[in-house]
Amino acid sequence: MARVPVLGGMPQVFQEGLEGLEHNFVTGRVEDLVKWSRARSCWPATFGLACCAIEMMATGAAHYDLARYGMEVFRASPRQADLMIVAGRVSQKMAPVLRQIYDQMMEPKWVISMGVCASSGGMFNNYAIVQGVDQIVPVDVYAPGCPPGPETLMHAILTLHESIRNGEIMRRRSTTGQGAAIDLAEFPSDQAEAL
Amino acid sequence: MTSTEVDFGADMVPPVPTTKTFEQLVLHPDRATYTQVISALRDRGYITATDLTVVDYLNHPGRSDLPEPVQPERFEVVVSLFDHIRRHRVRIRVQVPAGDPIVASLYDLYPGTEAMEREAWDLFGVVFEGHPDLTRILLPEDWVGHPLRKDEGIGSIPVQFKQAPK
Amino acid sequence: MTVSSDESTTSVTRVSPDSAERVRRRDGSAILRIPDIDTVEAVSLPTGLGTGHQDDERMILNMGPSHPSTHGVLRLLLEMEGETVLRSKPVIGYLHTGMEKTGENLTYLQGPTNVTRMDYASPLFSELAFSLATERLLGIEVPPRAIWIRMLMCELNRISSHLLFQATNGMDLGAVSMMIYGWREREEVLRFFETVTGLRMNHNYIRPGGVAADLHSGWQRDVRSLIDLIPPRLDEYEILLNDQPIFQQRLQGVGVLNPEEALALSATGPILRATGYDWDLRRDEPYLDYEKVEFDVVIGTSGDAFDRFAVRLEEIRQSLRIVEQVLDLMPEGDYRTQDKKVTPPPRGRIDESMEALIHHFKIFTEGFHVPTGEAYEAVESPRGELGCYLVSDGGPKPYRMHIRGPSFINLQTLPHLMHDRLIADAVAIISSVDPIMGEVDR
Repeated sequence: MARVPVLGGMPQVFQEGLEGLEHNFVTGRVEDLVKWSRARSCWPATFGLACCAIEMMATGAAHYDLARYGMEVFRASPRQADLMIVAGRVSQKMAPVLRQIYDQMMEPKWVISMGVCASSGGMFNNYAIVQGVDQIVPVDVYAPGCPPGPETLMHAILTLHESIRNGEIMRRRSTTGQGAAIDLAEFPSDQAEAL
Repeated sequence: MTSTEVDFGADMVPPVPTTKTFEQLVLHPDRATYTQVISALRDRGYITATDLTVVDYLNHPGRSDLPEPVQPERFEVVVSLFDHIRRHRVRIRVQVPAGDPIVASLYDLYPGTEAMEREAWDLFGVVFEGHPDLTRILLPEDWVGHPLRKDEGIGSIPVQFKQAPK
Repeated sequence: MTVSSDESTTSVTRVSPDSAERVRRRDGSAILRIPDIDTVEAVSLPTGLGTGHQDDERMILNMGPSHPSTHGVLRLLLEMEGETVLRSKPVIGYLHTGMEKTGENLTYLQGPTNVTRMDYASPLFSELAFSLATERLLGIEVPPRAIWIRMLMCELNRISSHLLFQATNGMDLGAVSMMIYGWREREEVLRFFETVTGLRMNHNYIRPGGVAADLHSGWQRDVRSLIDLIPPRLDEYEILLNDQPIFQQRLQGVGVLNPEEALALSATGPILRATGYDWDLRRDEPYLDYEKVEFDVVIGTSGDAFDRFAVRLEEIRQSLRIVEQVLDLMPEGDYRTQDKKVTPPPRGRIDESMEALIHHFKIFTEGFHVPTGEAYEAVESPRGELGCYLVSDGGPKPYRMHIRGPSFINLQTLPHLMHDRLIADAVAIISSVDPIMGEVDR
């Protein structure tokens, strides 16, 4: 095996046999590894509806990069997606389509309700808009804003990732029986990590 | 907006009452001569129909900008035409009664009015006779009612604020 | 592709209304006219649609409303024979928000918050059309600085909207790197918007009476940096896309429209200009102060998707030219009219003057009253002629507010553009028409 010269002498990773064991393996509990991989490769489904979709695309673009969280692949097929970011206002005609796409996603799946129109109907309290997408699908994180800037969306995504990683989201779901219902407005960003 | 001094409503046969709103010419034909007037305007050079919409005057206190021979009705179909050569716009307002909300379709003259008329039917319930496909375009196909009419409410639900005292 | 000069008479040719035969037919040769609900049964049929053809390969394919082409919630029913699209039907309404009904319940000062969310890629234009119509009804004059600020912001918004088009057009054709580049420039423009208006999108900045706030000190430096930044990047896009054989083969000759057909279908904007028809509302029916700036109107030659792409790319350069002139010619003065019944007083004055307090209260709770009448004002948005038709009954809220959304009208060209083309071109054609569904469905 080739030896790579490193300052300070022979690197321990190249020791053969069982002496290098503690440097070449990572151990952990299965649950932690599963949660870690779920959080770190959460692929969103393309569900951009209105203005929030533009901000979602901006979050995926170069400046506010979502690829650093493993999320730059927006899967078009809901069967391949984990996360549905409902970005925009849901009209009465769109509601059955939304439910159909949610049903096609494989477990475990999460929903971020992006923007006030998706969270509560927003400024459109009228005949045409569903007053909150949580009437149709169980929502895990609500991100307020009209539209929420890319930083707010990233805060929502990171909150979701944290709560996936420490199991919080599954606990909340089993207590309420529906979505985790984490309202981003209640958690300032420095406390999101503690969730 | 630029305008020319042409008032050709008077020299149409039969003459069409015209008014001017902010220097823009507005014609008020009645339903029977509507298509004829639009066709005459198209031949004059108004090659494109920019807009077609309906206004429901149910709750309006009273329109003061209608000329004398025109009887105000509940619905009004408002068509905007544009002559690019003379750079002149003209607006046509037709009164449509509530009990018989039927008016001729402009599809044969201006195919671009197809979607605009469908939207007017969808939101107001005004029927455009001769339209190739008068079905709902914005609302679900099984929706009941015409939401932009003034006697239909906005459909809002009361908002519950979390911190509000019960 | 040529540019036409802005002076003297337009070179608008006299078109004969009868030559747009293809789009006038009633037999539905390009437009599929079937009800939406029945298509579930039609799609599940193995062959044929009862058209009399026994074992042809016709089927109806449902594309959308949630599909990867990033143009919002547009659903297309495509009647196809093999891979060729024969007839199609765009089904819209998946984003219908009842904005025209909502507009009747909001005051004139709140109106721009509603209309701004219609065309969410170029929100300032919708606000501008609404404000112009309100000001026409009120009969007030807007100060010159407000007019020039509006022109500056609208042209920058045109730039950001066309960059969004470049990005989504590239991505729909598979040039995914174009998506990243387009957003990169757009972020710079949005940063300027955030500094001036406070928001990246849906600004609610252009209000009846003027604009909401003055430009910040140092705005010339920011605009100058945008003017220096964007043209070299546009040259990069041209190197990447225009001369590339793949791009040319995918877009040239695809989705051809001639000027007569476009006018018959009431299409406006880059779609009309790409057919070779020389028409731009900024030059031909000037609003704001567009007659005081020099710019060229970009027209195409063949009306295909490539021309629509190239027209929009060149329009970014022309908008930058306008922005540079506005930078030099911006007048001093008020940024909104001083009419106390229309414009809210500055916040500091409320503590000092009783009248200011009362005006503030009345404007924000009840709203200012607008005299009875009707008005139609049109502006040239990045998608075409955006018009606002307002009917007022003398009260503080519009009696009827109708927005002529250019994308709604331009979508009517879609079946004719896709007729007899392959399905792989359908995505390219939709993205070259550049619809924004918020404006389509309102």
